[in-house]
Amino acid sequence: MAKVITGVGCPYCGASCDDIEVTVSDDGTKVLEVKNACAIGNQVFHHASTPGRITSPRLRQPDGTYKEISYEEAIDRAARILVNAKKPLIYGFGSTNCEGMSAAGRVAEKAGAVLDNCASICHGSSFLAIFDNGYPSCTLGEVKNRADVIVYWASNPAHAHPRHMSRYSIFPRGFFTGKGHMGRKIICIDPRVTDTARVADIHLQVQQGHDYELFNAFRTVLHGGDIPDMVAGIPKEKILEAAGIMKKARFGTVFYGMGLCHSDGRNHNVDIAISMTRDLNEFTKWTIMAMRGHYNIAGPGVVWSWQFGFPYCIDMTKRDLVHMNPGETSSVDLAMRDEVDAFVNIGTDAGAHFPIPAVQHLKKHPWITIDPNICMASEISDLHIPVAVVGVETGGVVYRMDNVPIQFKKVVEPAGGILTDEELFDKIYERMCELDQEA
Amino acid sequence: MAKINLNMITQRAIEEGVAMEKGKTTPDYFEACSIIEMNAEDIKKLGINPNANVRVISESGEVIVKAVVGRQTCYPGLCHIRQGVWANQVVPPRTQSTGEPQYSGFPVTVEPAEYERIKGALELVQGACGLWKGDE
Repeated sequence: MAKVITGVGCPYCGASCDDIEVTVSDDGTKVLEVKNACAIGNQVFHHASTPGRITSPRLRQPDGTYKEISYEEAIDRAARILVNAKKPLIYGFGSTNCEGMSAAGRVAEKAGAVLDNCASICHGSSFLAIFDNGYPSCTLGEVKNRADVIVYWASNPAHAHPRHMSRYSIFPRGFFTGKGHMGRKIICIDPRVTDTARVADIHLQVQQGHDYELFNAFRTVLHGGDIPDMVAGIPKEKILEAAGIMKKARFGTVFYGMGLCHSDGRNHNVDIAISMTRDLNEFTKWTIMAMRGHYNIAGPGVVWSWQFGFPYCIDMTKRDLVHMNPGETSSVDLAMRDEVDAFVNIGTDAGAHFPIPAVQHLKKHPWITIDPNICMASEISDLHIPVAVVGVETGGVVYRMDNVPIQFKKVVEPAGGILTDEELFDKIYERMCELDQEA
Repeated sequence: MAKINLNMITQRAIEEGVAMEKGKTTPDYFEACSIIEMNAEDIKKLGINPNANVRVISESGEVIVKAVVGRQTCYPGLCHIRQGVWANQVVPPRTQSTGEPQYSGFPVTVEPAEYERIKGALELVQGACGLWKGDE
């Protein structure tokens, strides 16, 4: 009899849906059917039990090919690389659980490494703005139950967070939002006519890179000032119309995404978005939330702030003097300045998602990839250690985009007895301690 | 030969997400990410038909991709390559001291390259690191 597991968490985007139903085979090794997940989530679960998974660590040979090695040897090699490096960089954590992040933190501290996560190239500038300007946010539950005006600014949930609109923001009927979609106004601000823009009541097609001016115009209007006839490609009357709707909301939320963090201005774009939210609270209740990309990318910010006092770009090379300074201690900048002499890519794919010059710099030194799958990073690294897929082959705590912790479940046994991220990092830590004593 | 200067951005797409989870070495990922979306007017300016290959050149590299109008339209002057291997051949690594590369809003030159081949993901990344041995 196939077994149905309910209340399963989905290990893909920051919406961290926890209502997935997974049907697994009799012997508990294969995913047969996935219900409630989006197209991407569906693929994550099915991919995990597809034949052909890598189940043992692989070491790059002088001729460029890979040779399978034992976990014991892989752990020893990883420990030696970290012990011998002067300034190793441990980066990733988009796709692992908090237990793995915590264990990696111990390894980083022992190694005197720089510890960084995907926020470094994603919502890092949000952190900078939030440090400066605060974060008047809420939970997604509050959005579902209270919000009657939703602003998607420079984010495209129809593609990046496929169930965000149906679970939390636009379509669901909540306690004070019984009419669902009918009772909500949706404003989308994006330079492209995205699929999210298509479901919005108002789409402001802002000129790319000019969000700051548009925010400034909104703030000016909210303060009762006059604005030019055209700001950032948007006519004055459209801005007045949108600002009017926002002022009349009972409860509003601004969901903003990479369009702000990746464009010119970076943290300043987020900073003024927060200021606009603060201004709106002069009239009614408004909140703002970063559309975090991965199901647990809020996790390292929480876990490491507790462990080390900083959420990302954590430089532990001075051992007991930990500091964080993006631009100096951020992964891409470290790579471009050739400052690191070993690289650990864990639960992400720097090979595909870093600009190629950064990849080339990092590749000059030993590169270890810890990831369940074959990806660009695994195919250029010197050592690839496969691990269990979090949310499928192992459970754990994850933080959703609104910083709500959720317990994820394991649905199938890890393929071929592979280790979890936590087990692997604990073993690397133990081996590093042994090497220390031998020395 | 017609050349145009555009402003490029790179963001997620659901096709890219599905293909990425299936595997970055699959044909799905190639199909999903090795395209540049631009306004129909800009394609016309290049003197090519939609679905022809073009060369995209930035301050930090170049890549061959297929030019399409796409469903999520860009206004004239703006272009979009879905995030991933092809986009990152041209994304400038400068970060404005924040750690975040210039993924959105950097100048590129686009020119027709109808007879050039679009390279695969592995060929691009392994090739950049001196590991590419050719198709086996």
